[in-house]
Amino acid sequence: MMKVKRELSSAAVLFFICLALAACSSAPVQKGDTLIEPKFPSEKILPEDATYLSDQIADPMEGFNRTIYRFNYRFDRYLFLPVVSAYQTILPDFAQQGVHNFFNNIREITTLINSILQLSFKKTYQTTGRFVFNTTFGVLGLFDVATVAEIPRHQEDFGQTLGYWGVGNGPFLVLPILGPSNLRDGVGLAVDTLTMREIRNWVLDLETWQEWTWLLTDAVDTRANVAFRYYETGSPFEYEWVRLLYTTKRRIDIKK
Amino acid sequence: MIRYISALLVLLWMATGWASTESYDYPFDNNFIATVVGTPSEYRAELPAKIPVKNRRITIFKDRKVPEVLWHDRQLRYSYALQKNPAPLVFIIAGTGGSHDGGKNTNMARAFYQVGFHIVSLSSPTHMNFIVAASNSSVPGHAIGDAADLYRVMERIWDQLKTKIEVTDFFLTGYSLGGFNTAFVALLDEKRQTFNFTRALMINPPLQLYSSVSLLDRMLENIPGGVDNFHRFYDRLVEEIGRVYKRSDSVSFDEEFLYQAFAAINPDNEELAALIGTSFRISSANMAFTSDLMTNFGFIKPPNIYLKKNSSMAVYNRVAHRLGFTDFFHIYFFPYYKKQDPGLTRELLIERMSLTQIEDYLRTAKKIEVMHNQDDLILEPGEIDFFPRVFGVRAKIYPKGGHCGNMDHRDNVAHMVNVFKPSGH
Repeated sequence: MMKVKRELSSAAVLFFICLALAACSSAPVQKGDTLIEPKFPSEKILPEDATYLSDQIADPMEGFNRTIYRFNYRFDRYLFLPVVSAYQTILPDFAQQGVHNFFNNIREITTLINSILQLSFKKTYQTTGRFVFNTTFGVLGLFDVATVAEIPRHQEDFGQTLGYWGVGNGPFLVLPILGPSNLRDGVGLAVDTLTMREIRNWVLDLETWQEWTWLLTDAVDTRANVAFRYYETGSPFEYEWVRLLYTTKRRIDIKK
Repeated sequence: MIRYISALLVLLWMATGWASTESYDYPFDNNFIATVVGTPSEYRAELPAKIPVKNRRITIFKDRKVPEVLWHDRQLRYSYALQKNPAPLVFIIAGTGGSHDGGKNTNMARAFYQVGFHIVSLSSPTHMNFIVAASNSSVPGHAIGDAADLYRVMERIWDQLKTKIEVTDFFLTGYSLGGFNTAFVALLDEKRQTFNFTRALMINPPLQLYSSVSLLDRMLENIPGGVDNFHRFYDRLVEEIGRVYKRSDSVSFDEEFLYQAFAAINPDNEELAALIGTSFRISSANMAFTSDLMTNFGFIKPPNIYLKKNSSMAVYNRVAHRLGFTDFFHIYFFPYYKKQDPGLTRELLIERMSLTQIEDYLRTAKKIEVMHNQDDLILEPGEIDFFPRVFGVRAKIYPKGGHCGNMDHRDNVAHMVNVFKPSGH
């Protein structure tokens, strides 16, 4: 365990050195004293009073975020995705589905807590139903019998709860490994994660290695079910698109 | 008597013609809906959910200089799925801005793999990754240049695969711009003969690139209030999708939900045209800006400004989405190629970027087939007639489907597969 910790902390140090190096190089460089005008200079093309979708999204830490974005690509490509693909090769499909159902069922607890916090009777009632159904008849959540019984699934987290009570997005953030987020959702994620950890420790009292296995399997299952690949959208404006679509999706999620 | 018989024959012919349209049960008569929605699941061909696809990267130009912001696209990404036994190999070329692992390429790959072919799937020469890693000029959209780039890529990939598999025949196909590319690659192959394609299939190709891209550019005029109001159009769309999402039981934006949303919102033709126009505008912005970064032409970015990995691109993003394919053609593409050939005129260049340029070849090349839709949105009125006129029986024209909307329909998939099966002819 000590060894793991040491490796993790040296990885963290390395990570922040990379950040520090990268953060200072975000301004475009001009060669020569006078700017050579392009065929379509922005001053001539963009109307002065135009407003844009991105105006609604604060991103004061863009340089830093882009650095994390690149780190995530490398982490994905050289570690995360190879592990995911090994997992998919080794485990038969039905077992993967079982793992996926299991963690989805655990996540119902997060949804349940946040449905209560959002004072939604319907979501609370349905989510409780799903959790009870799947934990019992679905053998600890390995089978998703609640969906077969047509009980609607909800996904609520503390970021959405904060949004429900009127908390704004805050600045856009790209979180290491986890990807696009914002201050509100980042705080929400921390709260949900800590809450789940407390509940897990209280109910199961896992050993450290068991807890790590739990967390890593959860992470691999989550990544296996997200199709997104960094830098594969075919757009030089991918970062801007991800920022816009993430923000839009969360806006819709909070209303639901 | 002869008149009666001929009248009877005409009637019979009409009846069979009728019958064949009647039995084609693709559900949307509106070509805008068809283009946006595609084929609902109950009309689709049954395809395997998973095939053993490998995603790979390959270096095409060893000494290529790539600007810092495009560092991630040095190598070309592509995919293949191989059979264990000797089999034909199909190259699949994606349409405008399309990726090798996009939805249409993936479905075609499944269909061809299922009937026992090796498949190699390629991104469009207009895709960012292709422009950066595999385009010789990095100025895409040139019929002959793109074909040469594609051919080089195919040869390199084949170099790596030929030790692994045995190939009995080479086939070639592509949809939309990829269908157009297919014709010019097939023509190039006559000279180069690396593959000696035994058959090629063009799916919903444009006839004349310039007229198709002008049509697509004009579709954006359907945004209420014009392009200046794009953000309002987007906000309203999101608002409406959000409203449907709130009421539905779905927790993800899956295909089924999008059908639901579509039915609930029930957009009119103008809104659909605006959507289609937006989708192509995104492709043209990606293509033009990537190309500009590669050649430093000074189309959108000042040529003496160099972007860093973390530089914000907000301003260029906004400008790029205000310019269409036709701006790219007149202000960048044409001057770029005129520099290499001072006698070149706009009219000449437009004429050259057209299937009519190789009409004689297409008429005689029995190996090339085409499938198209009578109501395809990327064709000007009357342009569709070119295909039956030139290809004769090698043209299969469906009565509906819009632009590529019916590609997943079971009849269309069956036809695609049949074209490549020896028993099909």
